[in-house]
Amino acid sequence: METVTITMKNLPALYLEADTITPDSFAGKTAAQIAELPVYEGNVATTLGKYFEINGGAGATAADTKIIVKGDVRKVKYLGFKMSAGEMVIEGSTDLYVGAWMTGGKILAKGNVEGFAATAMKGGELTIEGNAGNYLGAAYRGDWRGMSGGKILVKGNAGSDVGMYMTGGEIVINGNVDVHLMTHAEGGKTIVKGNTQSKLGGQMVDGTIIIYGSIETMTPGFKPNGEVELEVDGVKGKFAHFIGDMGERHKKKKGAVVYANLYKKI
Amino acid sequence: MSEYIIKNGNVFDPVQGIKGDKKDIAIKDGKIVDKVGSGAKVIDASGKTVMAGAVEIHAHIAGPKVNLGRIYRPEDKLFSCTPTKGMERMGGGASIPTTFKTGYEYAKMGYTTAMEAAMPPMFAKHVHEEIRDTPIIDEGAFPVFGNNWFVLEYLKNHEIENTAAYIAWMLRVTKGYAVKVVNPGGTEAWAWGLNCLSVNDPVPYFDITPAEIVKGLIEANEYLGLPHSMHIHPNNLGNPGCYQTTLDTLRLAEGMKANNKFGRESVMHLTHSQFHAYKGTNWGDFESGAKEITDYVNKNKNITIDTGNVTLDETTTMTADGPFEHHLTGLNNLKWANCDVELETAAGVVPYIYSPNISVCAIQWAIGLEIPLMMKDPMRCYITTDHPNAGPFTRYPRVIKWLMSTKARETQINAFKHKDKVLSQTSIGSLDKELSLYELAQMTRAGPAKSLGLGGMCGGLKPGMDADVAVYNFNPDKPVADPEDIEKAFSRCAAVFKSGVQVVSNGEIVSTGNKRTLWVNAKVNDNPQVMRDINEKFLKYYSITQANYEALGHHFVPNPYALEVDATHV
Repeated sequence: METVTITMKNLPALYLEADTITPDSFAGKTAAQIAELPVYEGNVATTLGKYFEINGGAGATAADTKIIVKGDVRKVKYLGFKMSAGEMVIEGSTDLYVGAWMTGGKILAKGNVEGFAATAMKGGELTIEGNAGNYLGAAYRGDWRGMSGGKILVKGNAGSDVGMYMTGGEIVINGNVDVHLMTHAEGGKTIVKGNTQSKLGGQMVDGTIIIYGSIETMTPGFKPNGEVELEVDGVKGKFAHFIGDMGERHKKKKGAVVYANLYKKI
Repeated sequence: MSEYIIKNGNVFDPVQGIKGDKKDIAIKDGKIVDKVGSGAKVIDASGKTVMAGAVEIHAHIAGPKVNLGRIYRPEDKLFSCTPTKGMERMGGGASIPTTFKTGYEYAKMGYTTAMEAAMPPMFAKHVHEEIRDTPIIDEGAFPVFGNNWFVLEYLKNHEIENTAAYIAWMLRVTKGYAVKVVNPGGTEAWAWGLNCLSVNDPVPYFDITPAEIVKGLIEANEYLGLPHSMHIHPNNLGNPGCYQTTLDTLRLAEGMKANNKFGRESVMHLTHSQFHAYKGTNWGDFESGAKEITDYVNKNKNITIDTGNVTLDETTTMTADGPFEHHLTGLNNLKWANCDVELETAAGVVPYIYSPNISVCAIQWAIGLEIPLMMKDPMRCYITTDHPNAGPFTRYPRVIKWLMSTKARETQINAFKHKDKVLSQTSIGSLDKELSLYELAQMTRAGPAKSLGLGGMCGGLKPGMDADVAVYNFNPDKPVADPEDIEKAFSRCAAVFKSGVQVVSNGEIVSTGNKRTLWVNAKVNDNPQVMRDINEKFLKYYSITQANYEALGHHFVPNPYALEVDATHV
């Protein structure tokens, strides 16, 4: 695997739309060629090299390419956009749409990420060591196809609308989350080790939510369904089981109605 | 204005019966002429196909429901935006493109005239603002009449003269072009939680049947002598077995004769016939009724139809058939928007994915192609996608590819997940007809222009007609090596002229032309009763006043072209 290191040297005055910073677009290119990749600063088309110092060279394919992003990239959007393979390490905090529409590969964000990270993610792994913003692993605005595969781990907290319209894959949040967790979801699983707010699983059709901390306000559409013992990450525990959202349509599988499941650690 | 001569192209013009002859087309002062001076700019069309500018007879491209689709589907613009480039302003949207993109895309494919198929009269101003902002193409809009309270009340007593006077008033204040009917009576019934699924289901409260509405509107249309015929989306759209309702609707035109000075011979235009040609009793035994529909239309010369081809895309359905959209959201569980337009109509919007992996969608695709392939008279069958309902209009080149190449159809059939079902439920596999370029010109130019009463103005290349000309990078003398070449050639024109102005060169927009709004100014005898009824309904029911109703002036209709109709002497 070849490594490309890009270091922010000239901060953009406006936000930088850098959907070309991915192993897929770097693959097969030299540092000089990477510097010529197009980016937008506001509505002005420009090149990557204007902002970043680029060292190293990419591998022949995305899978052979690792990108290390250094410096202040808090005003850079779309890092790892649509990436299909390879690796990215983002050393600082960054802006919207990290790993959005990604289908494979690994991203490690060492700082915080803003909203819409992993929008409509299909595969791969996204690890965020800091906090995540709103709409993590959610659908794009207006769309009904959220995260459908892959894994997200947030070591800090996450914002609202995590896993909105999720249909598959797994999200683990070690900290707390804001309102609207997995609303409209039709599959997938979210584990929250910390505390949650309200409207968890609103209009949720299928899928699983596991909460270790508190639930500030339980969604009225969920009803108690006894207690169960679950094994999560190899650790067994006792959970209160709820099913819902009772106000929403539900599919039938083998004659039985399928509900979304919400487990709260006892 | 400049003079042009398009030299040595292979010309296809059904208006003059020209079938691919190598000819020069001369343009002067916005019109086709016999000859031009030696200073005329030469466009070399050797090895290329030359046709008149194409005419779109039915698309939803302007107005509140189109815009509602744009607003509530930001995801439709995702990855489909184009930045400012040369003459072009930025655009976006795949199934519901922005107004600017709509104009550019039509022009690049060689279209120079398009009709907005459903204008809610109360929101005519919005429709015209969007038409104004759609560059290049001439546009008209059809106000909807099939669920209008005035029409229901007049026709209940068979008051044709009053209906005609009301239509004339409505066309004038909305700057409308034709009489559109959507699910006659059914959309009004839905305000009562009901629907009209047959032509004999009574409309609640009004106590009139769809059959009476349809017959009455045809009579009023011919009483006025409007350029286009009554244009109908019948009851019971999109349900298995609906072909019976469609046949019942078509039979309502029996014995009716066209009366107009525009050369139109039809009295009824059946739109998006694909959606109305379903046999079977449920989605399991769903099958094609294309043969039954085309057999009837082939025999009855006073009917024209368009296809409504399913293009196998993700799209946005939108119609004044409110109950249908409610039914559809129940089938696919996707977001539903709905609107009731007071005394006039309603509308619904639901996204839809025509997946090649779903047998129903694949059968719909086949029916849409069977209909034009089974029609004996291409002058009475026009290619549409009922944009955006069965697919975006930007897919016309793909539909043309399927119609012109059995090989392209076979490739698609083989790609279907339920190929056997498509072959058993339709006759698409046994149809070996391949559309000729002459027939294509009939179905996309001369035919729709004639049905719209525009046959003397556009859709042909006869000297004296508007100089709407499209030049395609398609050599009819060479065998088609790959059907994809057909799609490519019809996607981007080598050159397009709109009223004598070159608007497209090598697939790029080079001018935004001289866009006009087409409308019909029908003069009728003074009718104090209808004027009093209108005044009364505004005072009693409308949420706006009559003074604020009319789409008037430069803001709404900056470049009008009125087709004058005199029905005062009837």
